[in-house]
Amino acid sequence: MTGYRVAGRGRVDPDARLRFIFDGRSYEGLHGDTLASALLANGVHFVGRSFKYHRPRGIMSAGVEEANALVGVDRGRGRYTPNTRATVLELYDGLTAESQNYWPSLRYDIGAVNDIAAPLIPAGFYYKTFKWPASFWNKVYEPVIRRSAGLGRAPTAPDADRYASRFAHCDVLIVGAGPAGLAAALTASESGARVILADENPEIGGSLLSDPAVQIDGKDAWNWLEEARATLAGRANVTLLTRTTAIGYYHQNFLGLVQRLTDHLPAAASSLPRERMWKVRAAQVVLAQGAIERPLVFDGNDRPGVMLAGAGRSFLNRYGVKVGNRVAVVTVHDSAYLAAFDLARAGAGVATIVDLRRNPRAALLAEARSLGIEVLSGWTVTATKGRARIAEIRVNPVDQNGKVGAARMIGCDALLMSGGWTPSVHLFSHSKGALDWREDLQAFVPGAPNEAVRCAGAGNGTFGLAAALAEGAAAGAATAGSAGTPTVFSVDGEAPFSGVYFRELPTDRDPTRAKAFIDFQNDVTAKDIRLAVREGFRSIEHVKRYTTNGMATDQGKTSNINGLMIAADAVGKPAPEVGLTTFRPPYTPTTFGAFVGYSRDAHFEVERKTSIDSWAEANGAVFEPVSLWRRAWYFPRSGESMHEAVARECRATRRSLGIFDASTLGKIEVVGPDAAEFMNRMYTNAWTKLAPGRCRYGLLLGEDGFIRDDGVIGRLSDERFHVTTTTGGAARVLATMEDYLQTEWPDLKVWLTSTSEQWAVIALNGPNARKVLEPLVQGIDLNGEAFPHMAVREGKICGVPTRLFRVSFTGELGFEVNVPARFGLSVWKALIEQGRPYDITPYGTETMHALRAEKGFIIVGQDTDGTVTPHDAGMSWAIGKTKPDFVGKRSLARPDMQDPKRKQLVGLLTEKPETVLEEGAQIVDGPYAAVPMPMIGHVTSSYHSETLGRSIALALIQGGHGRKGETVYVPMPGAMHKATITDTVFVDKEGAKLNV
Amino acid sequence: MLLIHCPYCREARPEIEFSYAGEAHIARPADPSVLSDEAWRDFLFIRSNPRGTHYERWRHTHGCARFFNAVRDTVSDKFLMTYEAGRPRPSEAEIEEHRS
Ligand SMILES: [Zn+2]
Repeated sequence: MTGYRVAGRGRVDPDARLRFIFDGRSYEGLHGDTLASALLANGVHFVGRSFKYHRPRGIMSAGVEEANALVGVDRGRGRYTPNTRATVLELYDGLTAESQNYWPSLRYDIGAVNDIAAPLIPAGFYYKTFKWPASFWNKVYEPVIRRSAGLGRAPTAPDADRYASRFAHCDVLIVGAGPAGLAAALTASESGARVILADENPEIGGSLLSDPAVQIDGKDAWNWLEEARATLAGRANVTLLTRTTAIGYYHQNFLGLVQRLTDHLPAAASSLPRERMWKVRAAQVVLAQGAIERPLVFDGNDRPGVMLAGAGRSFLNRYGVKVGNRVAVVTVHDSAYLAAFDLARAGAGVATIVDLRRNPRAALLAEARSLGIEVLSGWTVTATKGRARIAEIRVNPVDQNGKVGAARMIGCDALLMSGGWTPSVHLFSHSKGALDWREDLQAFVPGAPNEAVRCAGAGNGTFGLAAALAEGAAAGAATAGSAGTPTVFSVDGEAPFSGVYFRELPTDRDPTRAKAFIDFQNDVTAKDIRLAVREGFRSIEHVKRYTTNGMATDQGKTSNINGLMIAADAVGKPAPEVGLTTFRPPYTPTTFGAFVGYSRDAHFEVERKTSIDSWAEANGAVFEPVSLWRRAWYFPRSGESMHEAVARECRATRRSLGIFDASTLGKIEVVGPDAAEFMNRMYTNAWTKLAPGRCRYGLLLGEDGFIRDDGVIGRLSDERFHVTTTTGGAARVLATMEDYLQTEWPDLKVWLTSTSEQWAVIALNGPNARKVLEPLVQGIDLNGEAFPHMAVREGKICGVPTRLFRVSFTGELGFEVNVPARFGLSVWKALIEQGRPYDITPYGTETMHALRAEKGFIIVGQDTDGTVTPHDAGMSWAIGKTKPDFVGKRSLARPDMQDPKRKQLVGLLTEKPETVLEEGAQIVDGPYAAVPMPMIGHVTSSYHSETLGRSIALALIQGGHGRKGETVYVPMPGAMHKATITDTVFVDKEGAKLNV
Repeated sequence: MLLIHCPYCREARPEIEFSYAGEAHIARPADPSVLSDEAWRDFLFIRSNPRGTHYERWRHTHGCARFFNAVRDTVSDKFLMTYEAGRPRPSEAEIEEHRS
């Protein structure tokens, strides 16, 4: 037993001793401790330094609201978590933690000079100071700020843990398993409703865990609690989740719960996921979140050893630890007396209770007297002293008129403070419920709800155990409708619970010199708030951002109300008129892992693979992602660079034969008596006269007249079109078609089916394509006259059905073999075998891109950007001139769409043939234009052309169609390149190679 | 995540099954060629963007794949009702009826 452990108290196991390391020193704690309670049991209060002033800080609370005791926890490689609140960090054997925000050591910290310089670091300091000169920002201010500021250190190794997630549905979700939540759960589950009860603590009970003496239904609190737990555990319709925080409350009773599964276990002791995100949809919600105690605002209220009174009581009753041997109390609320009395009975010396109120309850005064505690009513605390821990407080009487009298010093080793209680309305606010101001509590409580939700207990402003139980039971019964009857609980030994509110405590000293903290985590003081208001900030949202009050990871759980009350006073308005800042999820800091869940590494995103993908992988392809597909980029032979591989693939295709997996093409089957009419209305081209068995290049616009997609479309019969789209555009095109069909032209008899996944597509390109295909095809005459360019036939290949297209995206004799996807790989292999005599060469997307660029074929989304019309792209020929209407036609007639200065697609040839321009590079008229130079366009596609032995590029240039032969300049890092505007077709301008 | 009632599937389904598709009751003109540039501009780009009741299109993309209309309160984000495409804009009284 250590000096501060109290035998026989608390829920810790005195026989289960655990070793832990804090800042390199080894300590002993007990099973059931938090790191905070274990440190306090060892007499350690000073556990960190503050964010801005690097002031020594201690443990100020016993729960999630902790703003000071933030530690880094090291559980091995990939398992370092900064900014963990020591007050909720469950102790396990071997726990290793470190304090934060100091250099070189916690005790001797150089940054603490900020504290001495505090008058120089007022609210809005960063905004005011670091403005000039600009170069100072990068070189001086930022590095200094970055080194000294910041909270904890970020882990660098990838997270070694796994995270899970699941959906759940229930009739009633109850958040908080304190008295109100338990009463609600017991009542709601009686009728058989599916109930989820979630609590962030390792065990249920809430405030009862710190209040063992009270009696419910004639039983000691902890016995009653155990019975309640057993009852709920015994009901199959109840899911009891501990260590589970409701982090956010979203639309229609959808809540996120994060369940912590392994953080309380020794490192790597479990194969469980570290956390599980529950996504719960509840018919009804009961919020029983409880309340958080308010700090008092006085000079030196942040010294280690100063803590919330309720925390002092929790450490004693729940963890068996007294927070000091000579404890002082300062309060404006009855509840602090309970801590003092419990501590006195446990043998901790309680020196004095300083009560700002002039007339505390007689019963409290009598009990204090019987325990030998001095009560100074109508007194104030004006300062604290002590280095790493409080040693003295300065107290003064305040007379009826508020005049502060002569000071007296009182020695102490801990100071418990209570400024009253703030209902936790966070989740209710997430759900957009309205908040009402309760003048008697000086607090906001839930008002009109926006969802099917009820609030109960302290979180609803209903304080006192009996009242909380009754309200919880009523809420639980109401969720069951008429079937529910509230359980009735009787309570004995309940303590009084009333108080008043103070802003800054009265002082005889200069208040502008006081370090009276409001936001302990962000080091915001009362005078910072007043300064912000003096400087003109009136909105509480602005005051918050200017001072950073409530903006730390604790989200102002202990500071919002004090900040609001002082701001309201400074503005001269009542608090409800100033209002509260917005609460946002998550309620407490949440790991990225919990949000990510399973969606990491290979599961981050779907990876679509074609039926031929395995062959490409086995044959050494380098892949690139194209929308969600993984596509073969190029096929390097051993020792080849990408450039060499692509050059070889290009040569082989132009000279003999290349084979390319085009399965990712989007495909849509358009079928029905009105199919041609539908195609006429959707695409720019005319379809009526396209004969079955023929293909046409189709251009799809948006209603705004800009190119959205393109692809070759085959007509298989009068009523059936095989539409292809870009790889990335498949789903978008189908959605657009469905939209028009369903909502604009529901009279058309047309059916649309996505067939992208059903067809494998193998493109064969090169002079020898026909020779390889012929022996494998049945029922299709491949002769050039019988099967001309831009035709489609149905038949068989290798004995399986095919739709065979004669099309070319390379300018060579080309075929696209469509076979049902399950035959894709076998047909591919058969073609490879058949092609051996012709040195058949598989090529990837890079060669495909280069070959099409040589022919000036555009890629939608690369050579177009959503502002390019068919005319801009040089494709006016694709517009059916006689059609009365098609999607986008009217927009093409708008005056600005016909402006000759629009950016138009042209070719570019650099002066130096070896210069390959950067795609995206800007184009200017002359190298010596005044800066900023007018940009006249940009490069859209750029490659080394193996066929021409030089670079080629496509570009969008203002009025480009009329500027062929002119010279432009392309500034790139290190050089200004000269280039000539050309047309877009670089190879085989007449298309002779296609007509064979 | 919202729950959205698909008027075709007649079921409330999670928002991730749906896609938003812009303001409702803006019919494509039968003959765009007769529209003035201003009238065509208004059809293309001008939307009501109200604070409060908004008539809008949704598609049950990962369900029945059909487009339908909805009335939604842009302040609370709540769906007041959904109805089949092609049905006229519901009256205030009809919306009220659904709300209760
Ligand atoms: Zn549906």
